[in-house]
Amino acid sequence: MNGTAKTDGTIGALPLASIKADGKTIFDHIHSWLVTVDHKKLGLMYIMYGLGFLVIGGLEATLIRIQLAAPNLHIISPQTFNQLFTMHGTTMVFLVGMPIIFGFANYLVPLMIGARDLAFPRLNAFGFWLSALGGMLLYFSLIGGEGMTGAGSAPDVGWFAYAPLTEKAFSKGHTTDYWILGVLVGGFGSIATAINIITTIVCMRCRGMMLTKMPLLVWLNLVMCGMVLIAVSPLTAAQIMLLLDRYDGSHFFDTQAGGSATLWMHFFWIFGHPEVYILIIPAFAFASEIIPVFSRKAIFGYPVMVGATVAIAFVSLSVWAHHMFTVGMTSTGNTFFVVSTMLVGIPTGIKIFNWLGTMWGGKLRFATPMIFSIAFLFQFLIAGLTGIMLACAPWDWQLNDSYFLIAHFHYTLVGALVFMIFAAIYYWFPKATGRLLSEQLGKWHFWLFLIGFHMTFDTMHIPGILGMPRRIYTYEAGRGWGVWNLICTVGVVFQVIGVLIFVLNILLSLRKGKPAGNDPWDAWTLEWATKSPPPEYNFAEIPTVKSRRPLWDIKHPSDPDWKYE
Amino acid sequence: MNQFYKLIWLAGSILFAQFPVFAEQTDRSLVPNMFAPESTPAHAISHLAVFVLVITAAIFVVVASLLTYVIIRFRGRANDEGTEPAQIYGSGLIEAAWTTVPFLIVVVLSLTTARVIHAVQDARKPADALDVQVIGHQWWWEIRYPKLGIVTANEIHVPASKATFLDLRSADVVHSFWVPRLAGKIDLVPNQVNSMWIEPERPGLFVGQCGTYCGTQHAWMLLRVYVETSENFDQWVAKQRKLAENEPTVSAGRLVFERTACINCHAVNGTIATGRFGPDLTHLMSRDTLGSGVLTNSLEMLRAWIKSPGQFKPGVFMPAMNLSDADLDQVVNYLTTLK
Repeated sequence: MNGTAKTDGTIGALPLASIKADGKTIFDHIHSWLVTVDHKKLGLMYIMYGLGFLVIGGLEATLIRIQLAAPNLHIISPQTFNQLFTMHGTTMVFLVGMPIIFGFANYLVPLMIGARDLAFPRLNAFGFWLSALGGMLLYFSLIGGEGMTGAGSAPDVGWFAYAPLTEKAFSKGHTTDYWILGVLVGGFGSIATAINIITTIVCMRCRGMMLTKMPLLVWLNLVMCGMVLIAVSPLTAAQIMLLLDRYDGSHFFDTQAGGSATLWMHFFWIFGHPEVYILIIPAFAFASEIIPVFSRKAIFGYPVMVGATVAIAFVSLSVWAHHMFTVGMTSTGNTFFVVSTMLVGIPTGIKIFNWLGTMWGGKLRFATPMIFSIAFLFQFLIAGLTGIMLACAPWDWQLNDSYFLIAHFHYTLVGALVFMIFAAIYYWFPKATGRLLSEQLGKWHFWLFLIGFHMTFDTMHIPGILGMPRRIYTYEAGRGWGVWNLICTVGVVFQVIGVLIFVLNILLSLRKGKPAGNDPWDAWTLEWATKSPPPEYNFAEIPTVKSRRPLWDIKHPSDPDWKYE
Repeated sequence: MNQFYKLIWLAGSILFAQFPVFAEQTDRSLVPNMFAPESTPAHAISHLAVFVLVITAAIFVVVASLLTYVIIRFRGRANDEGTEPAQIYGSGLIEAAWTTVPFLIVVVLSLTTARVIHAVQDARKPADALDVQVIGHQWWWEIRYPKLGIVTANEIHVPASKATFLDLRSADVVHSFWVPRLAGKIDLVPNQVNSMWIEPERPGLFVGQCGTYCGTQHAWMLLRVYVETSENFDQWVAKQRKLAENEPTVSAGRLVFERTACINCHAVNGTIATGRFGPDLTHLMSRDTLGSGVLTNSLEMLRAWIKSPGQFKPGVFMPAMNLSDADLDQVVNYLTTLK
């Protein structure tokens, strides 16, 4: 950063305050959000959109848990139950996970590489509104799924929609069509945004930011977007094939006319498994920014972290059929996917060790973003280990599609991703709004959510071991599952209260939170060099960097990073 | 105030008593626990599982202890405000170490797993193995013994201490055959024949159910495997191979059955009923459950089921036939003679 920092340590402010137009009405504000092409506004819209659906998907999960709290309950009909888990899964992956990670990428990548916006701001807006349309289409099925007569329906084919259950013969009406179109359109939005972020990272880094000087978050988002390009395309293709089956007489997956059920599984999982890493790599990205700052140390083994991420991306493209160990592949096929799946464990383990190495010898500060990150480390460790259990094909013949599997992937998606999303929100909220979230409420949020999470998802492994399959709306007494399910359901109460406190925290802190200043965490990456919230142009003067931690260099001119990197 | 607490206590205990889970009487032999195997593939799997559990538990203990140590040892203290710790950027040697160790663990786990895969999947079929066909339907199991000429549903009888080879197919969507104490699950995929085998060690009843979501009533697609001594099994086979009982006292009920749409879907061997869409009823009363496990099989339950199947299994394809009470009684009387 060529030493020209302004006296207040910021390179963000132009003296433009007078331009700020006063007397805007609420409609002007709404209009400005609707037509915006600013990466920060779009990023926030993605995140808010995702958080809104997080609440909806959470409510669906709560209803599912109520129905399963005890054997032989008849609170919810089987039809409704099947719709609830389908909508819950689809919502959480496509309308919560993807928008939130893209929101953070949108918001942070240009700021962290010293750019003024993404490479294609209009494409960015287009991508967001396509994703939004996808969500609307999916939920419009509640009104339009059965035409005028059957209002109140939604898709009920499960989030991976195994053929031929999705074919016309087994899925009448239009609910499955809304599911297909919603996911298809959202997929196009994801591809657009991924292209945009890749282009931005490749072409728009500020002076001095070589690929080896990029913050890890940027690197990981680059990898994630590359995976989106590769993984979402087969899903899009499969959705179009399914539409053709349903309306144009093709027979790709129509088994009654000689189509193949396993073909859909291959298409879906060659998307579906990389998708899991698409969702978890941004969680790694948040951890790789937050853990160093709150340990007061540079990330341990930066090149290894980058290499491990790229390795995960490559290997994860060849593991998809570990979702299909029970489909009847040959022993050779099964063994191949056992080995490739286990191999992913190596770079993943390396990542955990490097975060550990980062904390080693540091001075840990347990602010809310950090405690969420520490919980993430433990939970991701467990999720990885249960993943190894599932990778052992013979054991997977027992565990696949049981509640053990449900517990495992909720450990990754809630225990790792959602915890890191919370960490990221506590960490970057002051940058986006200029105000800190309340630490006190944050701690309440953390502990309640942590207790609830472990009550629900630790316990959930057990009914799986005892033979309880997923997606059953009720079960008979006497199988030994009742008590465990009740504990799972009680855990939800804590999680719900935790999330309510989080929402309350956001609302209160927006109005009355402690002013953050530019750099409340004493951090090192470029986004903390500009104002909070950053002006539309991000930086008055495009920065020049010499190391991975440009603000460290400014703060420690006698001992800058670039001497050692 | 005391009264208030008493009231809460009372309300709480009433609420608790309402929850069936606390009154749940669990017969442990009926819990489909994968760690209580009773047959060869399930044994091999649970041995592998214990081996993997030990290794992963060891990894967990090591890494979690390190994490805990770091969190306690390197926590920020009040007196170090303003100073930064020594900056360390990495270490090639350490990275190499924590890459090599996981790699070795992966090699061990992969080889062990491959061995069990081979042992289970590539096992040779003994000459005297029993053949059973399982065909998945929405939402019941058609069970056939091709060499014995037996067709039944939802409840499989096999001899102990002898291999049974199952081949599995589907009549509609993907299902999955899962009886955890006997073996892992295998999918029933349309246009594909999968196979699996079991070799149960002792007589007993082993329960399981469909493992892959297959539509509205996926939850009530239960499986019961009765492992029997070879004498009992032979008796069962002899009984099942007979034609249906032709009990003259219930011929009125039989007429109702044959004149109503029942026979479009159900078969009764030795009569004009040859429907194949629903379970074969030739020896209906030899089965313990109805509706693929949703009801226990008894005269009253059978009557209630025929009167309104959707009440017990919403979405089931068997329609309520709106029989008069008299007809209903007669049909039930007829069916209860199908022993």
